[in-house]
Amino acid sequence: MTGFQTVLLLRHELLLILAAVGIIIFDLLLPPEKKTRIIHSSTILFGAVFLLSLIPVESGELFGGSFQENRLTGFMKDILNLAVFIIFLQSGGYLRKKENAHKMGEYFALIIFTLTGMDFMISSGDFLTFFIGLETASIPVAGLVAYDQFKSRSAEAGVKLILLSALSSGVLLFGISMIYGATGSIYFTDIAPGISASPLVILGFIFFVSGMGFKISLVPFHLWTADVYEGAPVNVTAYLSVVSKGAAVFIFAIILFTVFKNIIQVWENVLYALAVLTMTIGNLFAIRQDNIKRFLAFSSIAQAGFILLGIMGTGSLGMTTIVYFLLIYVFTNLAAFGVAAAIYEASGVETISGYKGLYATNPRLSLVMMLALFSLAGIPPVAGFFGKFFLFTSAGSQGYFILILIAVANATVSLYYYLLVVKAMFIDKNDQPVSHFKSPLTMRISLLICSLGIFFVGFASGIFEYIMSLSGMLF
Amino acid sequence: MIQGLSIYHFLVVSTLMFFIGIAGFIIRQNLITILLSVELILNSVAINFLVFNRFLYPDQLQGHFFSLFIIGIAAAEASVAIALIINIYRRIHNINADNVNEMKF
Repeated sequence: MTGFQTVLLLRHELLLILAAVGIIIFDLLLPPEKKTRIIHSSTILFGAVFLLSLIPVESGELFGGSFQENRLTGFMKDILNLAVFIIFLQSGGYLRKKENAHKMGEYFALIIFTLTGMDFMISSGDFLTFFIGLETASIPVAGLVAYDQFKSRSAEAGVKLILLSALSSGVLLFGISMIYGATGSIYFTDIAPGISASPLVILGFIFFVSGMGFKISLVPFHLWTADVYEGAPVNVTAYLSVVSKGAAVFIFAIILFTVFKNIIQVWENVLYALAVLTMTIGNLFAIRQDNIKRFLAFSSIAQAGFILLGIMGTGSLGMTTIVYFLLIYVFTNLAAFGVAAAIYEASGVETISGYKGLYATNPRLSLVMMLALFSLAGIPPVAGFFGKFFLFTSAGSQGYFILILIAVANATVSLYYYLLVVKAMFIDKNDQPVSHFKSPLTMRISLLICSLGIFFVGFASGIFEYIMSLSGMLF
Repeated sequence: MIQGLSIYHFLVVSTLMFFIGIAGFIIRQNLITILLSVELILNSVAINFLVFNRFLYPDQLQGHFFSLFIIGIAAAEASVAIALIINIYRRIHNINADNVNEMKF
């Protein structure tokens, strides 16, 4: 393998590291009165990174199998890059606030560094690279969550996240150490044949799932989610709920399908129980929320339960449905968080009751929010329906019909609370609604991208077939 | 190998450390002590890796390397956690977990 091919295989990671270092240096060189330039230049730089890393490259492995890149992982990283690009477009208004003037560069650099960690995690070929990527992706996020330095809620969310994520890493590592003890290797390819349903492996696997369940916020391990999402700035919440969770889901599915494929009868039972619990409890708690960020937190917990249905399908169909669902989830959730961020910046309102009468004053924002919520609920014309439909198909291909029944019942329950928000915006009367405002141009562009995505990704069946062909090469 | 000590002795110690860490994480009130409990968990995992490597697969070094990285990452984690705890201290002037409860349910 020549040097240039190595560079091409590492294109996502190298470009991201270059971009982050470039942003830090640019931030240092800018005089204090021109600091706001960093917002546009970082967004444009990241857009260039996103476009450059779209180059298709054949699969290959580096560092003796520690780093494995193929078309599918490349596509996953492109999805994450796209999500981060949309988040950068949305965060301009928040960063322009006076109290953030001295730390705008950090915001971009930290997000890009964590994204690099996630890319390494997705491409990992052994548990060590996986673990280092996971920690690179989760330690700086705590700093981002506590970004609103002078708000006690933000500080509280940050400390809750770092302590709980350290605990979950510890539990995850304890599981990995047992798997190492049972199989004698940390390389995925060497572990896979040695995995059998021995007590040590199963115990290690349970610890492993507990640790990963924390990162994906599956139900018994979800208690941090709502608090951290509520305390963090809206754009960071969007990042946590889409990018962090998406990357964790990708690597979780890859490890289940490759490393643990010999004990499929064990992990299917575990995931069955987790899926039922996650969907049901996530939905039930979402009903009683009034804060929009807490509401979206529980909604994203429930969505994680639906994603598990895709994992139950196993093999190339399962992988395809997960990647496809997360692509749709990026557009959908970022549209919802974008509207929440726009309203919060303009008026400081972040409760659902405060959204009453929004349609009368801000019709376009209300429409985008409605589209996003319909897509989250899975109402037919929009993309969310197709995403959920394929997830159910994936579980159905393995014959889990009772699980699908529970999932459909849960989707109906979720419709209730999503429509509560729509009702507040469109029907409820309010004497003092959020007044009319015009959000920054970048925010409008990002909402336009999200709306187009919500409309067209569902109908463009070529995307699903493309992902299918990518994952078909692997499984 | 130390005479008279088998792999079980080491594993019992590391497992005990792990669960003492979990218990401390749940019981303790002071945020710094909670952080110490997490460090205990990470160190127990490091012992686990070393012991498995030394007793079961002595011709390889994967477990040794893993434990080195665990120690490094635990240090990074501790530094960020302490920075955030200091931030909490500046807001509410103590670091008692019971007082860090503005958001619930």
